[in-house]
Amino acid sequence: MLSIHDLHARVEGAEILKGIDLEVRPGEVHAIMGPNGSGKSTLCSVLGGRDGYEVTAGSAQYMGHDLLELAPEERAREGMLMAFQYPVEIPGVKNIYLLKAAYNALRRHRGEPELDTFEFLGLVREKLKLMRMDESFLHRAVNEGFSGGEKKRNEILQMLVLEPKLAILDETDSGLDIDALKIVSEGVNSLRREDRAIVMVTHYQRLLNHVEPDYVHVLSQGKIIKSGDKTLAHDLEAHGYQWLLDEAAA
Amino acid sequence: MSTQNQDVEQLVKREYKYGFHTDIDQESIPPGLNEDVVRLISAKKNEPEFMLEWRLKAFRHWQEMKEPSWAHVHYPKIDFQSISYYAAPKSKEQREKEAPQSLDEVDPKLLETYEKLGIPLHERERLAGVAVDAVFDSVSVATTYKEKLAEKGIIFCSFSEALQNHPELVEQYMGTVVPPNDNFFAALNSAVFSDGSFVFVPKGVRCPMELSTYFRINAAETGQFERTLIIAEEGAQVSYLEGCTAPQRDENQLHAAVVELVALDEAQIKYSTVQNWYPGDEEGRGGIYNFVTKRGECRGDNSKISWTQVEAGSAITWKYPSCVLKGDNSVGEFYSVAVGNNYQQIDSGTKMIHVGRNTHSTIISKGISAGYANNSYRGLVKVVPSAKGARNYTQCDSLLMGDRCGAHTYPYVEVKEPTAKVEHEATTSKVSDDQIFYLMQRGLSEEDAVNMIVNGFCKEVFGELPMEFAVEAQALLEVSLEGAVG
Repeated sequence: MLSIHDLHARVEGAEILKGIDLEVRPGEVHAIMGPNGSGKSTLCSVLGGRDGYEVTAGSAQYMGHDLLELAPEERAREGMLMAFQYPVEIPGVKNIYLLKAAYNALRRHRGEPELDTFEFLGLVREKLKLMRMDESFLHRAVNEGFSGGEKKRNEILQMLVLEPKLAILDETDSGLDIDALKIVSEGVNSLRREDRAIVMVTHYQRLLNHVEPDYVHVLSQGKIIKSGDKTLAHDLEAHGYQWLLDEAAA
Repeated sequence: MSTQNQDVEQLVKREYKYGFHTDIDQESIPPGLNEDVVRLISAKKNEPEFMLEWRLKAFRHWQEMKEPSWAHVHYPKIDFQSISYYAAPKSKEQREKEAPQSLDEVDPKLLETYEKLGIPLHERERLAGVAVDAVFDSVSVATTYKEKLAEKGIIFCSFSEALQNHPELVEQYMGTVVPPNDNFFAALNSAVFSDGSFVFVPKGVRCPMELSTYFRINAAETGQFERTLIIAEEGAQVSYLEGCTAPQRDENQLHAAVVELVALDEAQIKYSTVQNWYPGDEEGRGGIYNFVTKRGECRGDNSKISWTQVEAGSAITWKYPSCVLKGDNSVGEFYSVAVGNNYQQIDSGTKMIHVGRNTHSTIISKGISAGYANNSYRGLVKVVPSAKGARNYTQCDSLLMGDRCGAHTYPYVEVKEPTAKVEHEATTSKVSDDQIFYLMQRGLSEEDAVNMIVNGFCKEVFGELPMEFAVEAQALLEVSLEGAVG
């Protein structure tokens, strides 16, 4: 589904990603962990297609496309959606309005008829329940005045409604209290499907207590220095990153 | 500069879709302005004596006055002697050069123009439910729904017709809100105005439909000077909309209008404008100079006047729709979206003058600047000592697109009454790359993303527009700003 080879990327002249290799197949959940400054967010931005990130070498294939050739909206329409670490406020634009515009943009791309407001509302209500969000959420401006937890829940709500093939969750657990973490985790778990892959980027192990990954990768200084199964995450929790960094340096 | 920025640069290059010119037999008088021209205009329109006297008085005032220079706009000096002050499409039979009496007498070419503008005059068509008065250059062409309105005692006609058929009403109210010597451009208009719209809603009547005027400048080297007067008697209610377009020309054209609103006890007037005069090209060539005086007086207790405007066109906009809140408990509102792209210059805002007790006013101003445009909000909130319990709330937001445009805010607050409460909030923001990326990462195109952000920014104002026109305004904004982001 997603196949990354020797990916190098620069931001403002500095090389941040120094050769990433990653293979993600449908149905898999990958966790990418790493200390601050290891390149986690840069990797997300490059995958999402954010402006200002220059890929200097390597390749990324997604569902038969050269991912790096696709514009951000094309990546989204092909089913690769990103939950943001810092969801952006769009004043005056209602949540439901964005959700519906996005949903119909994806449907149009697939050649499916757009849903009308009533049909759409029915669909969204179901997902709201899952995220234990009140319907009033839909009528608030996108992320405006939302608490940190509300913003993250809103991101997962968007994922649930837009049904990506590949969901990239950038630090979705940061800034969440225990209750919110639980709700968000339940949301992520309900995203799991045989034909869908999830890549979770996170600093801490705690999200992984709720969402069990199939693979864990440790990112450091722009490279994946170790990959393993979920037990790797437990080792990291117990011993920190340092032993791995030392091992990699040795 | 990022690649997104460059895309945006290309997208900014919009085209003005109303830039056509109608080839039609025009009758205009030679350029120049003196007392004889004023007399000629009055004679052509077969006006009552008082009107000519009024015009001449205004003209003499104007000669003594100086063109204002305080606004944050720059333009070469206007040569008022090079403008023709009267242009009218000749009617088919050339009879009296008067406005046609019914739609059948209107030149088909003119009707075609309105079709192109999307304003079919035929009563059964798209705008059903909206009565339209169309002013083409200087003359009012046809007023639809006149009879239906007359049944309720409502007068909706061209200003010239009002002068012929209801001179006493015109004489009683004209100039009582905007005196002929109010300012330079109002004085000029008072001397040479050629036509416009007149609305009178009698006591206790709620106008059953939106009234609408479309202004169109067609002839070259003419100015357009229309005048609108709306009177709502005790308890009357009326909602009025004006739209404006002009052909694409390299030279600048002057538009100096005056609008006066009078609301008596318990009356309500809602005045909405979608202004889309030709803004000039990408290099700032051509475009309309729009110098307009609009003022409403809440003369009676519990009356209300509400201005809503979407200003997308004109090379220069100089416009401050205002409310004088004389009656106790009267309410004034100003909702504005002003968009400037390329080299457009906008100096616009409002004045809220609180005179009566417990008068309330609300100002919501949204300025959007793109390209090299300069967009200034200029607003005065004045509370005189008699206005006990007066309240004002002002919210003034600016949105910038790109890094070569400007947004400026000039709020003036004069409060002489200690029980008054005046609030002012202002924000300036940019359409950020982060916002655009966020929306694109949800599958929206860059253009749709920008439109969504801009529409969100303007939401409070669009919500005030009559339904039929909110959609039009939204579409207009999308055309005006196609992708204009940085």
